[in-house]
Amino acid sequence: MTLKATLLDGNEGAFDHKTMTPMQKLTLRFVLVGVVYYAFAAIEGMVMRIFQVDPGRFVGEGSLSLTDIDQYFGILTAHPLVGIFGSTYLLVFGAFLFLVPYLMKKPLWSFKAANWTLWTIAGGTFVFWVDGFVSHYAPLYTLYWPLPADFDQFHPLSGAIFIAGIALVMVGTALFVVNIFKTITYTPEGFEKVDGKAYLKSALGLTGFRNLRRRRKEQEEHLVPLPVAAVARGTVDTALNAAIILFTGVLILVFMVAELFGTTLKTTAVDSLLYKNWFWWGLDLIADGLVLIFVAGTWYLMASLITGRKVYMQNIARAALLVELVVSWTVWSHHLLSDQGQPAFLKIVSGELVTAFELITQGLAFFITLATLWAARPLKMTNELKFLLGGLLGFALAVPAGILQADIGLNRVLHNTQWVVGPHVHVAILVGLTMTLYSAIYYLLPVLTNGAKLYSQKLANFHFWAHLVGGIGMGAFMGMAGLQGMLRRTLYFEGEYTVYMVFAALSGALLIAALLAFLYNVVMTVGLKGAIGIFQHSDRDVKELLPTE
Amino acid sequence: MRTLQKGALVPQMVDSTTVLWGQTIVYTAYVLAILIVMGVFAYNITRDGKSPTVKDKLFYTFAAFLVILGMSLHVVTYNTIPWVPSDVHASGIEADKEFHITVADHEFSLPTERLMIDCDDMVRFNVTSSDLTYGFGLFRQDNSMMFQMQVVPQRADNKLLWEFTENGVYNIRSTEYSGPLGYQMIVEDAVEVTGCDVDAAGGTQ
Ligand code: HEM
Repeated sequence: MTLKATLLDGNEGAFDHKTMTPMQKLTLRFVLVGVVYYAFAAIEGMVMRIFQVDPGRFVGEGSLSLTDIDQYFGILTAHPLVGIFGSTYLLVFGAFLFLVPYLMKKPLWSFKAANWTLWTIAGGTFVFWVDGFVSHYAPLYTLYWPLPADFDQFHPLSGAIFIAGIALVMVGTALFVVNIFKTITYTPEGFEKVDGKAYLKSALGLTGFRNLRRRRKEQEEHLVPLPVAAVARGTVDTALNAAIILFTGVLILVFMVAELFGTTLKTTAVDSLLYKNWFWWGLDLIADGLVLIFVAGTWYLMASLITGRKVYMQNIARAALLVELVVSWTVWSHHLLSDQGQPAFLKIVSGELVTAFELITQGLAFFITLATLWAARPLKMTNELKFLLGGLLGFALAVPAGILQADIGLNRVLHNTQWVVGPHVHVAILVGLTMTLYSAIYYLLPVLTNGAKLYSQKLANFHFWAHLVGGIGMGAFMGMAGLQGMLRRTLYFEGEYTVYMVFAALSGALLIAALLAFLYNVVMTVGLKGAIGIFQHSDRDVKELLPTE
Repeated sequence: MRTLQKGALVPQMVDSTTVLWGQTIVYTAYVLAILIVMGVFAYNITRDGKSPTVKDKLFYTFAAFLVILGMSLHVVTYNTIPWVPSDVHASGIEADKEFHITVADHEFSLPTERLMIDCDDMVRFNVTSSDLTYGFGLFRQDNSMMFQMQVVPQRADNKLLWEFTENGVYNIRSTEYSGPLGYQMIVEDAVEVTGCDVDAAGGTQ
């Protein structure tokens, strides 16, 4: 085939969108929009990366200039939110809305609700992103009180639009939560009646926990496969997180709306330390809750799909997921180790000791996944296996980095430095989480497209290596700068850290090159016509997951 | 109230530079080790060979190792990092000097133009903010960090004790984002320590 023909019709014309079920199309829409938002986050990240090399040289004027200082902080606010909600949430939710019915062998509870999840999250992300770009609303995702309601620095209307965008994302998230639990527990028409409560118990891990105390012969059967149990538990944190974010959003909105109507409310009515506690409690359900649980679940799923075997130490794996869920509700204080008003017992118990359990639960998930793979030796080094190993490595690097900063002594000199956002945050997100998601994407691509053929293995290899080296490299150079005192969320005009920032920018460029290679490979695999076809209506039954004939 | 002797809790001459070097060495060694482990694993997983299921004993040993590692980190740092005991027992320690610093409108106000400290003084920094959340950090001339804390507004408990054991002139910098104006919150040469045998990294000025 000529290059042009491949670009239009996909590799060997193997992809025909007309054969796809609505569920396949919906899942691919989630993936495509999620990848586009990943590109938004990556480009924004790269703009900041270049700016940090020499802010004095790049600083520009004009409100829409990419290098205006207000714009920089606007980007810094939108960037992680676009990355987490626009990209990660969509990729993960899309995959799970397909995989839960697939593994439970029954249709999704509501196709319509799934569709709304996609468009509310995509729309909400677009709203806060555009608002941030145009108005530079920049309280950063931590929203430390009373910064989001500081109307000397931000216009209340721009803040209100931003918060409305986030609220829309949370509405889509709530629909996802309901859809997942309903799908696990409901009886579809024409199916034998299922005991919803028993399924819920199994999904939440109560069965697995009881089994730990029983002899092998007396153990109850798991009604729900392990990856679905992980999805259910991560979804509990997703729900709690949405509730906290919505509650906080409403609080901030009250101040904004009052201001717009000419009444200035006293921000001192809210205690900033109390606020910081509840907001971090909720926010941490993402970083230390659903992300870790969803990732562990995806590792187990990928390991069993790649090997065709059961996961090693099933019961422990299930119990560890439950422990992780409870741990995720009790670790928030590690974000307040440098807050002198925070009670010392919370710092020690929640901030240090319970947080150390994350090393244990994530370490066990790491071991269990490797042991499952090892038992099936020899394996072919497929793209999904490669990226899975990359994802495992990412967390093996980022979790210990986080444990170090969750120490009262070390936090005194690490808090708010580049160490936190480098070896911990970006290595966890870009190497750990994103590579795990790529593993699932490479595996699902032929399944969701009814056999589309990957255009180029060389490009897939390049994607792997450039992403891995770029992700670890960026984290490493940010980390080195952090250990030399470089703060996050600020700018240095005297060239204090230029050398580290040049290498971090080069690593960032590798990440962008990896993304371009992946995008080109996908477009050449499905073709432009195919990509458009994914967004066209499918006449098949919405209850059908994969085409039955 | 329990009174602790100055210097009684803390091993001397260990400063944040030493601690961070220690961390750099330990973490770098770990990174190299895990890269090698994953590389060897990835290589061997594609090879033919006998692959018995991993023994339960190995799994439980690994789990116990993680528990010990997770807990011992904090015990080790408590006993080796000088500022941890004084942080945890702050209310029982008498300060030789206390500085009240206020922050408002993205600006620090210091009690005197330069805060003068004698070597081995236990100093309490008491920082209050009347508007936003800021950070309060002390930095050496080579930009490395000595310490920092959060400054939460409308609260009187943003206090940090520090024992100074190195001569130097230090900069104050806000270590928390407080809006686009916050990056300019630097007071150069704000703190001076004299009378020690040792100079801080990056020189005294
Ligand atoms: C090519 C990819 C990326 C690059 C080059 C990049 C770069 C950056 C840079 C330069 C910063 C500013 C650090 C500072 O405060 O000095 C940053 C912050 C951050 N990024 Fe990224 N990033 C990338 C991808 C992502 C993605 C995909 C996510 C989330 C899913 C993410 C999450 C964050 C978070 C949470 C922060 C901290 C924001 C804050 O301090 O308020 N990044 N990133």
